Amino acid sequence: MTEKAPANKMVSNKTYIIVWLCLLALTATTVSVAKLHLVKYAIITAIAIATAKAGLVVNFFMHLKEEHWVLKIMLFVALFALALIILLTFADTWYRYGLG
Amino acid sequence: MTSAEDNAAAPPSFYHSKGKFRGILSWVLSTDHKRIGIMYLLAILTFFIVGVTLGILMRLNLIAPGKFISERTYNSLFTVHGVIQIFLFIIPGIPASLGNFFLPILIGAKDVAFPRINLMSWWFYMIGGVLVLMSVFIGGGAPDTGWTFYPPYSIRTTANISLALFGVIILGFSSIFTGLNFITTIHQLRAPGMTFFRMPLFIWALYATAWTQAIATPVLALTLMLIILERFFAIGFFEPLLGGDPLLYEHMFWIYSHPAVYIMILPAMGVVTEIFPVFSRRTIFGYRAIAFSSLAIAFFGYLVWGHHMFTSGMSDISRIVFSLITFMVAVPTGVKVFSWLSTLYKGSIRLDSPLLFSLSFIFLFSIAGLTGLTIGTLSLNLYLHGTYFIVGHFHYTMFGGAAFGFFAGIHYWFPKMTGRMFNEKAAKVAWATMFIGFNVLYFTMFILGLQGMPRRYFQYLPQFRTNHIISTIGSWILAAGLIIMFWNLIRAIFKGAKAPMNPWGGTTLEWQIPSPPPAENFETIPIIEHGPYKYD
Amino acid sequence: MTRNNKANDTAIAHHVNYATAKMGMWIFLFTELLFFGGMFLLYSVFRSKYAAEFHTSADELNIYFGTANTVILLTSSTTMALSIALVRKGERRLSMLFQLLTIVLGLVFLGNKYIEWGAHIRAGIYPHSPGLDLMGRGKIIFFSLYYVMTGIHGLHVLVGICVILGMLFFTAKGIVHQGDFVKLENTGLYWHFVDIIWIYLFPLFYLIT
Repeated sequence: MTEKAPANKMVSNKTYIIVWLCLLALTATTVSVAKLHLVKYAIITAIAIATAKAGLVVNFFMHLKEEHWVLKIMLFVALFALALIILLTFADTWYRYGLG
Repeated sequence: MTSAEDNAAAPPSFYHSKGKFRGILSWVLSTDHKRIGIMYLLAILTFFIVGVTLGILMRLNLIAPGKFISERTYNSLFTVHGVIQIFLFIIPGIPASLGNFFLPILIGAKDVAFPRINLMSWWFYMIGGVLVLMSVFIGGGAPDTGWTFYPPYSIRTTANISLALFGVIILGFSSIFTGLNFITTIHQLRAPGMTFFRMPLFIWALYATAWTQAIATPVLALTLMLIILERFFAIGFFEPLLGGDPLLYEHMFWIYSHPAVYIMILPAMGVVTEIFPVFSRRTIFGYRAIAFSSLAIAFFGYLVWGHHMFTSGMSDISRIVFSLITFMVAVPTGVKVFSWLSTLYKGSIRLDSPLLFSLSFIFLFSIAGLTGLTIGTLSLNLYLHGTYFIVGHFHYTMFGGAAFGFFAGIHYWFPKMTGRMFNEKAAKVAWATMFIGFNVLYFTMFILGLQGMPRRYFQYLPQFRTNHIISTIGSWILAAGLIIMFWNLIRAIFKGAKAPMNPWGGTTLEWQIPSPPPAENFETIPIIEHGPYKYD
Repeated sequence: MTRNNKANDTAIAHHVNYATAKMGMWIFLFTELLFFGGMFLLYSVFRSKYAAEFHTSADELNIYFGTANTVILLTSSTTMALSIALVRKGERRLSMLFQLLTIVLGLVFLGNKYIEWGAHIRAGIYPHSPGLDLMGRGKIIFFSLYYVMTGIHGLHVLVGICVILGMLFFTAKGIVHQGDFVKLENTGLYWHFVDIIWIYLFPLFYLIT
């Protein structure tokens, strides 16, 4: 017999609706903040809010919160790899473009 | 136990069709990992021979300083030679053939996690190969940019770049899905009692490789796709006139292509790690060190790509960082070499062909690694970049290392895959001929490089003549060795003596099932109670 | 996550157990993460190079369309998640309704993108257009990134819509049901991933002005 269905507890419909409302609220926030035209902190604020939204989607809609730790480590490895290659590329371009 | 007793009551081997298809369809539509592995093996070795032929032609052109073929033809020769040997031979190489065949068996499973995706990977491989070959023959002409496809030339040339790149992208998908399949298989399908630290070390190597395949290859797919888009739509990312930066292409290309060389070498290291315990009749030295070093190589290998770009105009800070990390990546390999040597030390050595290929692997890969440190040294690289020193280095790694490891595995597992034994004496003669030819062909290149001979040049100054002649003669000796090796193996398939279940006295799971294995691998899934290399 | 020792017996019959199927999908998403990640790498490098031009170019994008599309995709992720929860409870018809809602929202998203792109192309802003070439390198790169990234994202949305259509068919036929719905769940994972990519595309192209 193969195991076809999950053993873990179900997330309730109410949770999904609450997460949806939070996502909408965060969207409203990020749009309003954008209109403030914070020159220096615009990008970091926008990315931070986007990451909060992404975190909600990953943990609640994609159920990563309930998953085995192995899967969480795998996601971390993939994200870490991406972060490293962006960083190392910047080690070149930041200086070559005369920004640093 | 004689082979007759072994195979008397055995179920039919996987070569006998069981499903709803007959004949060739039962192969090209098969989801049996062993059939897929064999099909990959045949295709991969065929492409290897095509690539070798192109190499021989290149060496023929270089036997004397003058002009024999056009510049354009020579550029296409080394481009297609590189694309075939890298994307159609050595990257799929061991994982797609020996990995597919033996991964499930070595962990006590009946197949991989996603057999249909496995078949799809094989089809992607074949289609990608056909597209690459098509790009050589139709219309615009074979690509002439080098296998690295650097812009702006790759954007401007009228050769069949888009077609070739599309083929390579499809090949990339084949690699990605194989990696995905192997990771899942290793996590989910191990037999009861087979913990991660009871797995054969070949599996650890395949695991580290699979992660690299999954995480690095998508960046290549994107980068090559952007070149195609650039050729059609002039989007400008790599075009200075439109605000782009050609160095960004180099970054993104090598972000894949450096990890790719670890895709090439890790499985070969895994193969020889399997062979040393068997042929010295001792358990492996430093199991955990070897397992973790595979992961370390994959991780650090991800962070050194800039050493291909030291003379490109990159910032000084990045060059120093990349050089430093390049030195660090050599350490885990050193761990492996010392572990292998310690395994052999005071062992009961049986000097048969799988061991000969594995021993020469250590020797050749050590030269490769040491010359790698030479060119990883920033100051030396400024002089050696773009010379024959580089060509010598990467042939020692990819051919002397990965390919010799591949041949070691083919000889080691030949009896299991085919149910036949090859002629051991012929195998030794082939190996010796190859070893001599290889070193004559490629060691000369280090000298040429130090003398200042640039790479990818279709003709050269008379002062380089002598070493080029020596190198070309080496290519003929190597080719002779390859011919003997292939002749020996092909003959064995049809006329070889029947192989017993365990001709070498190995202790891993594949030696406990018939040669060749039945379709379902195991009659009952084994229960594992100890590590893989138990020798009394 | 349980291991698949029992599934070994039926591996030849191609039955994949739940945990294995999900792990495969997650790893596929990691490869997609790196694929899009390469584009975000390009974006971040070029943004650092052409900071001022990126600011002014972003002004030419319509923030209302962008916000609307964000809300649409977030809602579609919710309907997708709900459709899975419903099938898990045995509510086949309701699940199909929510899958259909997800498809409709996806189509509206694509429709909006069609309108947006159409407007820009009519205004002469597209790769290698005569007008664009005169507008400065930063702007050329910004719009190339815009078309490539939202274009590839849009293709992924389109593929997702087709797959959900397939799931709709499977749910109707009972192939996806309360006891075996991993296909739908994996489709959901893919859809949520595509949503997350947009969550980052939106501020990077529309909001940093």
